[in-house]
Amino acid sequence: MVAIPDFLPALPEMFLACAAMALLMLGVFRGADSTRLVSWLAVGAALVAGVLVLAASGDRAVTFAGMFIADDFAVFAKVLILTATALTVVLSVNYLEREQMDRFEYPVLMLLATVGMMLMVSANDLISLYVGLELQSLSLYVIAAFRRDYAKSSEAGLKYFLLGSLSSCILLYGASLIYGFSGTTNFERLAVMFSSDVPAATGVVVGLVFVAAGLAFKISAVPFHMWTPDVYEGAPTSVTAFFAVAPKVAALALFVRVLVDPFGELLAQWQQVVWFSAVASMLLGSLAAIQQRNIKRMMAYSSIGHIGYALVGLAAGTEEGVRGVLIYLAIYLAMNVGTFAVILSMRVNGRMVENIDDLSGLSRSHPMMALAMAFFMFSLGGVPPMAGFFGKLYVFMAAIEAQLYVLAVIGVLTSVISLFYYLRIVKVMWFDDLMETIERPARASALVIGGTALFVFPVFYVFSEGILNGAAAAASTLFLR
Amino acid sequence: MADWPILTITTFLPLVGALSILMIRGEQELVDRNAKAVALWTSLITFVISLFILANFDPSNPGFQMMEEYRWIPSFNIAYIKGVDGISIWFVLASTFLTPICVLASWTTIDKRVKEFMIALLVLETMMVGMFTALDFVLFYLFFEGVLLPMFLIIGVWGGPGRIYAAYKFFLYTFIGSVLMLLAILAMYLVAGTMDMRVMVDHPFASTLQLWLWVGFFIAFAVKTPIWPLHTWLPFAHVEAPTAGSVMLAGVMLKMGGYGLIRVNVQMLPEATFFFTDFVFVLSVVAIIYTSLVALAQTDMKKMIAYSSVAHMGYVTMGIFTMTQQGLDGAIFQMLSHTIVSAALFLCIGFAYAQLHTREIVKYGGMAQNLPRYAFVFMVFMLASVGLPGTSGFVGEFLTMLGAFQVNTWVAMFAATGLVLGAAYMLLLYRRLFFGKLDKDGVKAMRDLRWTDTAYFAPLVAIVLIMGVFPASFKDVYAPTVEKVLLDHQASLKAAGLIDDEPGTQVADRTPTSGN
Repeated sequence: MVAIPDFLPALPEMFLACAAMALLMLGVFRGADSTRLVSWLAVGAALVAGVLVLAASGDRAVTFAGMFIADDFAVFAKVLILTATALTVVLSVNYLEREQMDRFEYPVLMLLATVGMMLMVSANDLISLYVGLELQSLSLYVIAAFRRDYAKSSEAGLKYFLLGSLSSCILLYGASLIYGFSGTTNFERLAVMFSSDVPAATGVVVGLVFVAAGLAFKISAVPFHMWTPDVYEGAPTSVTAFFAVAPKVAALALFVRVLVDPFGELLAQWQQVVWFSAVASMLLGSLAAIQQRNIKRMMAYSSIGHIGYALVGLAAGTEEGVRGVLIYLAIYLAMNVGTFAVILSMRVNGRMVENIDDLSGLSRSHPMMALAMAFFMFSLGGVPPMAGFFGKLYVFMAAIEAQLYVLAVIGVLTSVISLFYYLRIVKVMWFDDLMETIERPARASALVIGGTALFVFPVFYVFSEGILNGAAAAASTLFLR
Repeated sequence: MADWPILTITTFLPLVGALSILMIRGEQELVDRNAKAVALWTSLITFVISLFILANFDPSNPGFQMMEEYRWIPSFNIAYIKGVDGISIWFVLASTFLTPICVLASWTTIDKRVKEFMIALLVLETMMVGMFTALDFVLFYLFFEGVLLPMFLIIGVWGGPGRIYAAYKFFLYTFIGSVLMLLAILAMYLVAGTMDMRVMVDHPFASTLQLWLWVGFFIAFAVKTPIWPLHTWLPFAHVEAPTAGSVMLAGVMLKMGGYGLIRVNVQMLPEATFFFTDFVFVLSVVAIIYTSLVALAQTDMKKMIAYSSVAHMGYVTMGIFTMTQQGLDGAIFQMLSHTIVSAALFLCIGFAYAQLHTREIVKYGGMAQNLPRYAFVFMVFMLASVGLPGTSGFVGEFLTMLGAFQVNTWVAMFAATGLVLGAAYMLLLYRRLFFGKLDKDGVKAMRDLRWTDTAYFAPLVAIVLIMGVFPASFKDVYAPTVEKVLLDHQASLKAAGLIDDEPGTQVADRTPTSGN
């Protein structure tokens, strides 16, 4: 007699997986011209899944033999992931049509990747962690190379696949070490084991470092960031937009859960690793982006830097720190989706342009778009009163509370350095003369740009307490023990 | 009166105006005209509302008034707290007063992208008023930094040929400075457990910590003030900025530094202030003498006024750190006077520049003959800048010197030489511009002030004279607050054992205006 597991906590995931399958069917039967329909239905599915996720907030449930956990932390991360997915699918509809790669598999793959991400943030076991991670990664490998006839895109897909597999191997190796030395893969049992007085076996610590390395690859934290600029540049822009947000949120949430939940007692061991990675990411992200001419590459380095800031919160290893990470991710999402919505609108005479100089004089041809982009850039640079400032404020506050003064100071200094290239974009748009007129953005893109810009300033202020409370509730679930 | 949030309204009304300008659509010419009209009316109404603040302000109460307090982010003890005391109220008025003048001054001189310019100007006003009324450190920091965004665009989009370099230099200098302030704020939050600035004032911070915090804040405010040697961004920013930008920069934004020094360094970190007094005196004296000499050597009139601003700010920092009633009263008076005088001088330069398109002093000459009204107006402000008795400039400089004499005779003596140098470069400027032969064709063709120009020069002239002849009308509003600041300061120094009871009694002796 096999006990039937409780399916209810995983309802959103199952709904989304079924929806993806149904949409696949729809696409197959409707034929090639169904991309638009499938895309909008995918957006709808993501929204419904979001409602299902929110409906379960406040509860904590473990199911599937302890492999899967649904708690407020997962709810917060999943809402972010689903929002990112929905927005980037909206952005890609017009892009795919214009670039003549409108195949219905695209939104379906994005949904499947999203299911993988949701499994990641709900993982309560190294096995389910790996399954979720691979479901996400496999879908991402495919959409990175979605433009088959374009060498750079294929190269991006291949590069991402090879390095991604390598990182998966590292992660698996680490997981097997942990299993070998502790005898379990379950997070709760691991946590119980480490909270005892017996010091953790060296093998477990080595395994933890390997797992952290594998996850650091997924969030493109230094020194596992090398793939990021090439993949960002090579992948179709709508894919890059997706890459920049949803997988980052998922992988970072997973990173936080793994380090804080089962390995929370080993803080002293992993804190140094995260500290180093945060410092290196912030430095590299801010310095290497200065010389970029391609805006997608620049955003790649920018995202490396931002992961560094988020890691500052994790390095604190406290509830405040985790709260800071979650708030950071929420703001990061809005800034990046908005920026990529603008990048996706950079189209001159029917072809895409990607150089920063192509934005020159944007404030004359599209003042509102230029204003929104200026909002995003100032926000990414952490200039108040934009929301990005608050993201940084919270992680730095957590770092100072945890007495990581050097980390906070380096963070503040690198955000000043990073201002150079964010300001350059503002300068190009507002101070330089108009060179080429960028075409009017599609209506959906314009809405996304406007909405995210308003979120960055001033809507964030109005809802800041709600977002903070959500993040606080989410963070506290990881520190129940 | 007290039940509606007048400070919030004053802060955000310009932002509402900016948003409504954003909505204006249609033909270019019509849009421009409407944008200007909306900006003018919004800023005028804001000014009128700020007059209500003054009318309802009780000068005998040295504490914060018209308080507004709302929960904002309780999990971090961040709240939305606003209030004015005798010191900040004048800066709020200075901001709201100068904005409509800037709109008027840009009426014809800004001819490209008028809509965006007016938006930037109104956003700037919101940030300035917000900063002077904020009593929560996060709020304070938000507005303090928020000023940079519109100003960066104003310099970069509407500025002169070197605008991009100037805008970058301006932005990065001030941003790097205030980032240090952010770290200091975070450190204070950790110790005091709140972002409420009223609580911070009473919180005794450990002596060594105070020194670090003081340095963090000082650098931020020193860049903004600017204090020599962190002033190098200022001449660039002034020269390249359009007239309205220069007016705002000199008129209000420099005051943020001086205001911050009083509000944070002096009030919250008394022991460190005591420790660093001589250091600030040296910087102030160097600023006064050195930048006056530099001003003397300028051939560009905007640059000359810019350097003279640095020198005038030297009196301000000197006055603040005397920690005497006269010195602090004088420093605030000097800031207010400089607000009006420097703004007016930049407007005068802008008037000439709009016609001749050069700021080189040698390109002018003999203007007194064909531009009598302009020559008169310029003369009033020139004399105020020099510090002639009867003008606003005299009171501030005199009081700061008086304060300095009580504390350190050498400092006062060196600072006095700045007066002579100041007179030298301003009179030289006036002679070259207005006297001599009227032999340049361009200058001959210049037109004199019209009523639209008089509309903004007349109130400025009036204020300069009122402040000079009847300084108490301004000073009595903030003197009780200053007295309280000084008493608190003395009390904390005594508690720390840095002074004995003897000098503490001097505070009462040095308060002729407060009436006790």
